[in-house]
Amino acid sequence: MMVRFVSIRMARGIVTLLLMVTFAFVVLRVSGDPVRSMLSPETPAEAIAAFRKSWGLDQPIWIQYIRYLQAILHGDLGQSVRDGRAAVVVVAERIPVTLQLTVPALMLNIAIGIPAGLMAALRKNSLTDRILMTSAIAGFTIPPFVLGLVLVLLFSVELSWLPSGGSGTVAQMILPVITLGIGGAAVLARFTRNAMLGVLGEAYVRTGSAKGVPWRRVVINHAFPNAAIPILTIIGFMIGNLIAGTVLVESVFSWPGLGSLLVASVLSRDLAVVQCILLFVAGAMVLSNVLVDLLYGLLDPRLRSGADK
Amino acid sequence: MNQTPILQADGLVRSYTLNRGVFSKGQTVNAVNGVSLTLNRGETLGLVGESGCGKSTTGRLLLGLEPLDRGSVRFASELMPDIKDPKWKTLRTRMQMVFQDPLSALDRRWPIGAQIGEPLDIHRIGTKAERLERVQALLADVGLRPDQANCHPHELSGGQRQRAVLARALASDPELLVCDEPVSALDVSIQAQVVNLFAELQQKRQLAMVFISHDLRVVRRISHRIAVMYLGEIVEEGLPDEVLHSPLHPYTQALVSAVPHTGRKQKRVVLQGDPPNPASRPSGCTFHPRCPVARPMCAEIVPALRAASASRKVSCHLIDAPEQKEVA
Amino acid sequence: MTDIPAMPSTMPGARKETRRSPAVPLSIKLAFGWLVLMLLIGVFASYLSIYDFKALDLKARLVPPLGFGGDTRHLLGTDELGRDVLARLLFSIQMSLLIAFGATVIGAVLGTTLGFLSAHYRGWVEQIVLACVDFQASMPFLILALAVLAFFGNSLPLFVALLGLHGWERYARITRALTLSANSQGYIAAVRQLGANPWRIYFRHVLPNIASTLIVTMTIAFPEVILLESGLSFLGLGVQPPLTSLGNMVGYGRDYLTRAPWILVAPAVVISISTLSISLIGDWFRDRLDRTP
Ligand SMILES: Nc1ncnc2c1ncn2[C@@H]1O[C@H](COP(=O)(O)OP(=O)(O)OP(=O)(O)O)[C@@H](O)[C@H]1O
Ligand SMILES: [Mg+2]
Repeated sequence: MMVRFVSIRMARGIVTLLLMVTFAFVVLRVSGDPVRSMLSPETPAEAIAAFRKSWGLDQPIWIQYIRYLQAILHGDLGQSVRDGRAAVVVVAERIPVTLQLTVPALMLNIAIGIPAGLMAALRKNSLTDRILMTSAIAGFTIPPFVLGLVLVLLFSVELSWLPSGGSGTVAQMILPVITLGIGGAAVLARFTRNAMLGVLGEAYVRTGSAKGVPWRRVVINHAFPNAAIPILTIIGFMIGNLIAGTVLVESVFSWPGLGSLLVASVLSRDLAVVQCILLFVAGAMVLSNVLVDLLYGLLDPRLRSGADK
Repeated sequence: MNQTPILQADGLVRSYTLNRGVFSKGQTVNAVNGVSLTLNRGETLGLVGESGCGKSTTGRLLLGLEPLDRGSVRFASELMPDIKDPKWKTLRTRMQMVFQDPLSALDRRWPIGAQIGEPLDIHRIGTKAERLERVQALLADVGLRPDQANCHPHELSGGQRQRAVLARALASDPELLVCDEPVSALDVSIQAQVVNLFAELQQKRQLAMVFISHDLRVVRRISHRIAVMYLGEIVEEGLPDEVLHSPLHPYTQALVSAVPHTGRKQKRVVLQGDPPNPASRPSGCTFHPRCPVARPMCAEIVPALRAASASRKVSCHLIDAPEQKEVA
Repeated sequence: MTDIPAMPSTMPGARKETRRSPAVPLSIKLAFGWLVLMLLIGVFASYLSIYDFKALDLKARLVPPLGFGGDTRHLLGTDELGRDVLARLLFSIQMSLLIAFGATVIGAVLGTTLGFLSAHYRGWVEQIVLACVDFQASMPFLILALAVLAFFGNSLPLFVALLGLHGWERYARITRALTLSANSQGYIAAVRQLGANPWRIYFRHVLPNIASTLIVTMTIAFPEVILLESGLSFLGLGVQPPLTSLGNMVGYGRDYLTRAPWILVAPAVVISISTLSISLIGDWFRDRLDRTP
């Protein structure tokens, strides 16, 4: 059962990756002659012909597609037009820089979002609940680039407490991480509250409290584990938002990560790098989905007992 | 009645594959397994049998709403066209279906009048004014008030909705009506009224009708002939009084005895064994695992549907044996 | 893919119920008021401003707004080229709304059509649509959009079409699920056996039945499209000068963050309050639908 579950999820992940690759291929071919987008206009005709041959561009389209897949399987994703190195290398060196932002931001999401949601659920309809939920709505409707600029205006321009950009020091990390973390925390807080209230309304929790178990214990021992499954699912979804948010936040704070690289590559039409980032993001999404599924399988008693059988 | 029958079905077979995921092959369910029947103009055939025996599927096959695996359906001596054939579409004006649950058979966003007139719109019958007039006539025929044309389905009672569904089915003046348990979703107190309406309209318009039900009393009230189905096959067929008063097939006997107050004092025949599963059909006579009088041969030889008398057919190995008559 | 989204109650009985529900809270009234104001600006932007949003006035560069050292000639100040911020703001609102409307409608039409196709043909058509739905749902759309812009370059029609791809998968998923359930519910089977063609079935019967759910989905997608548009424009990859949009104004204003924050503050406030209003109203609306049985 568990094996089947995981293998189906893996298969789906592979399909997603394949679609991503196909998407890149189709977009690349539809958008114009790859020769023209890869070589400068002054390239002599023989060189173009040689280039076509070496890239297999004189072959039928499906052979090109298969070759393209083969190249990708070998990790050959072309070269960056901007700095001439292999696109994979250019992208790879930015990954840790971006993780410096996303990992703390995700931790911030969880550290703020879940307790806030729990608190709001426990004191449903109280003033605390209303304040928390109103700020949550505000938190995820303010676009990250606006929030980032407001923080810069406040803490860098007005108060001069923190630097407004760049990377390397912890002080430089604070504002981008907060910017990136708040939106997700707001989403998570709202979702946790609703999931908890859903679970708290259910019968087995009521029987728990009827037996005279203290309310706090009911919430922590019964309700939260049951709400954990939907919360986990939403965290999986949030990773996508986090990646999209990174692009904007890195741009606001001139953080030299993948997001900045992506924007710069799009502006200079450095297609090999863009494609490489696409594949990396797709891979990250698939990986995080598989991880969420695995955790999900561990948490869901039905799946777990299925695995024991 | 020595005219050609309006409907002639020969050896209908229809199986479904229940898909169980991408990787497993799935199970085959023989919903209908060799049904043959004939229906004359102006005649009502009652089709009875327990849940899941393939009555609805048979009804859909008779109307050509689903592809056949094997067998043939002839309507007015012509082979049923394929569903993609334009002729299939025009045939819809001549045959119609009435569904079990009138609320779900009606579009709840459309007023009743528009829905009753929809067949006329679809097949472009008459002018706009004529259609309106016809809708009014149909409403009167099925016993609805003219102003109810503007009601939406939820504003009508269950019985009124079924009347509206019937009016829609009759809009194009069909010759054949297949009614799939048309009263079983209704309140018992109004079932009789609606059944009477069906009977009356059938009489008036000389409709040929297949009336599916699991309620023997309803079927008896309305049918000229009855066919009993078991696991996708017809096991007995005959006049209502014959079949219900002196059932021949052990399964019909069990069905009849399960109805309280059928007039005759009779020992209740309780079926043994599990209810049938169309996915795993027993060998030989499909009824043998539950049959109180089964013989060893029943598990091996498939009985054919044979004439037992001029008006009667039955498929049971024991029907000519004398002890069988005693049981009956 | 079997999830059928919660369908809002569409029965008229439920409608009566909502009419009796408690008074509309002040925050919702304010949110509604704000959105009405935005719509009015969207429609009448060109009549509301005395300046052309493109008109340069190099003598009046970086004039602060009224109350911060400026005067009534430029209520919200001017930008680095002396263009009136208010005029630009009004035009930006119009532009952002137009793009968001266009994109939302494109997404809804595309997704609904694909949903109908997959429910009608089933088989491999459905599998392909579902695979694309999965793919789209699992990728952050901003990244896909950036990639397409990288490959195809930028133009306004392309940009709107691209944003239209956002969220199509939700309509497709909902339409498919609701159509399949309508199919099994019976009124579709009933109409089909009357001899109705697919056009009549899907557009005259199924569509009116699922319209309310689709409209709710559109109201959810709309603020997302605004955010997406402003995000891309902020990055300089959306609306291109000389045209301007809210995100675009924020993006260019950020270079003057220290010297002339007003350039950026006004559009940022408009974006935030607008999306906040839509979310508040959406929440309130959903609550009311949930409460009705
Ligand atoms: N579309 C379908 N797909 C798969 N299996 C089906 C389908 N339609 C019917 N079946 C199966 O075929 C068998 C016969 O179904 P059918 O609906 O014809 O029975 P029925 O006699 O009308 O039952 P009921 O009295 O409950 O309406 C059942 O086992 C059912 O599960
Ligand atoms: Mg049935």
